[in-house]
Amino acid sequence: MSKTRKIRILLAKPGLDGHDVGAKVVARALIDAGFDVRYTGLRQSGEDIVNAARDFDADVIALSILSGSHMPICERLKGLIDAYQLTDRLWVVGGNIPAADHAALREIGVDAIYNTSSSLAEIVAAIKEKTSEQAGQDNG
Amino acid sequence: MDDRRFNESGIEINPLYGPEDIAASKVGDGDDIGEPGAFPFTRGIHREMYRKRPWTMRQYTGFGNAEDTNQRFKYLIRTGNTGLNVAFDLPTQCGFDSDDDMAQGEVGRVGMAIDTLKDMEIAFDGIDIQNITVSMTINGTAAIMIAMYLVMAEKRGFDLSKLRGTCQNDILKEFVGRGTWIYPVEPSVRLVADTIEYCARHAPLYSPVSVCGYHIRESGATPTEEIAHGFCIARAYLDEGLKRGMDIDEFAYRMSFNFNIFGQFFEQICKFRAARRLWAKILKNEYAAKDPKSMWLRMIAGGGGSGLTIEQPENNIVRGAYYAMISALSGAQTIALCCYDEAYTIPSEKAQQISLRTMQIMIEEMGMTDTVDPLAGSYYVETLTNQMEAEIVRIMAEVDAEGGIVKLISEGKIQAHVSKGAYEHQKALESGAFRKVGVNCYKVEEEKPEVDMHPYKPEDAVKQTERLKAVRSGRDNAAVDAALARLKTAAEGSENMMPALVEAVKAYASVGEMNQVLTSVFGQYDEPNIF
Repeated sequence: MSKTRKIRILLAKPGLDGHDVGAKVVARALIDAGFDVRYTGLRQSGEDIVNAARDFDADVIALSILSGSHMPICERLKGLIDAYQLTDRLWVVGGNIPAADHAALREIGVDAIYNTSSSLAEIVAAIKEKTSEQAGQDNG
Repeated sequence: MDDRRFNESGIEINPLYGPEDIAASKVGDGDDIGEPGAFPFTRGIHREMYRKRPWTMRQYTGFGNAEDTNQRFKYLIRTGNTGLNVAFDLPTQCGFDSDDDMAQGEVGRVGMAIDTLKDMEIAFDGIDIQNITVSMTINGTAAIMIAMYLVMAEKRGFDLSKLRGTCQNDILKEFVGRGTWIYPVEPSVRLVADTIEYCARHAPLYSPVSVCGYHIRESGATPTEEIAHGFCIARAYLDEGLKRGMDIDEFAYRMSFNFNIFGQFFEQICKFRAARRLWAKILKNEYAAKDPKSMWLRMIAGGGGSGLTIEQPENNIVRGAYYAMISALSGAQTIALCCYDEAYTIPSEKAQQISLRTMQIMIEEMGMTDTVDPLAGSYYVETLTNQMEAEIVRIMAEVDAEGGIVKLISEGKIQAHVSKGAYEHQKALESGAFRKVGVNCYKVEEEKPEVDMHPYKPEDAVKQTERLKAVRSGRDNAAVDAALARLKTAAEGSENMMPALVEAVKAYASVGEMNQVLTSVFGQYDEPNIF
């Protein structure tokens, strides 16, 4: 990995949920924080997302889900992430995610979960920290 | 110390107002305040307003399948709702059948699943839809859903020439916010125009379109941008209607509006009063409407989801009460009030009841329906109403100068603009420049909000797909094929697609089947990159 390569984040809206205010706001915050962000737009299938993550060589796969369908979406995506050998990428999910589902999402392999009241500062700082840990592990 | 204050629309608010401020801010050359029920309708579209009949209370609901939703509808009617506002699930809104791969995990989740006329019949079974008017929150598949609703109503013996009701059917705003678009912009607008033309001829009291500044505001627009963009969109639909050869007074009176109520108290009230006056002027001066009804801004003022907070959710009950007051003081025809648990989940029956009781307390205990436009004549309210109107006019002119709303939406420019607004707002929230109780001030540590989550029942989705299968095997499939073929011909040509949709609906064709035909002709919308 070249030293000048920015951390790449694929930000996706899986499923049919059209609420993209938060995703776009987070995308802007991540761009301003120096990340290389690709926003997929709405209505992405699991296949669309893993293909885009592979094409973009994303370091981070970020999903925004506010429809309540995060469990079936993430369960399905897990199989595709395994099949596409993207398990070493940081996987984060944001949206309307009830606390009761956090443990199950982590079990599936989601590395971090943000809700609608998470601040941009918190999200940016956490992704910076986690991606540098990830880079450290890759090198070590 | 700089103590200047500005409202969310960027208008400076003075510590004190007097009669000279009203005069200095005057927009038109006539009497801009006027009388209720008379042009320019600043004080309300009816002479007696709520004295004659309070606003319609139309809480938003729908989940699971048609049976579940029918039960909740009946509950809402029992507790005093005077109208229904239907939520559909995402597959229905995006044109997928419940057994489609894209519908997996989404069936019945954020609204009711509708696949065929059969579901529509069950959903409204036993409900007097002539007296309890129904508003359908659907856009991408609105033409299909209007066809289904009208066929259902006719089968139940309702006279379509007298049937009232509303469909959201504002596809242009879906490209800006909410996102349940399907086809590219041009055929999407053509479908809206088809419904306007069809309803004008077959269901003349039905409102086929409710133009939503609402979701543009939710997406990050200011209150004046909300109205300005909404009006530009409404004009685009009126222009389509005129291109069909209709007279403005044949269809403009059925146009309705949906605006948001979260934000500052007086700014919101003045926004509505300014909007009502400006819409009347637009119809009279730009469109040469003769019938005063064509000039009426009939609106649902409601929701307010973006004003709610996850933190200390009970505070949302108080916010809701202020929002309801805003609507009542603004002369709204209908209120759909957000529920305190809505930042978390589909509202519980209890939360729905609290919102409804909030409005009933205003009517029964607070005297809020006793007199028309009680704030009229206030130095502050009239001045701010004038200033809001001038600002809306300025933004509309800007949109027109840049090529018009349809072009700007097609290019993603409106989307980029409001999305930047949302980003700036979020930053102001985080810096504390924009105060929000419980979020960046008066926080409590270690919150454990007591909100019951709406249960999602996966077995409803199974039942739904089984019913769809049963409908498919029980119907006359040759009739379905013939109707779908006719729909394809209509879509490929330039004729109105509604008669073909009505025929397909009657044959129990599914939403997914009709949508596939239209997608095969029109293709899919491709989102412009806004970053």
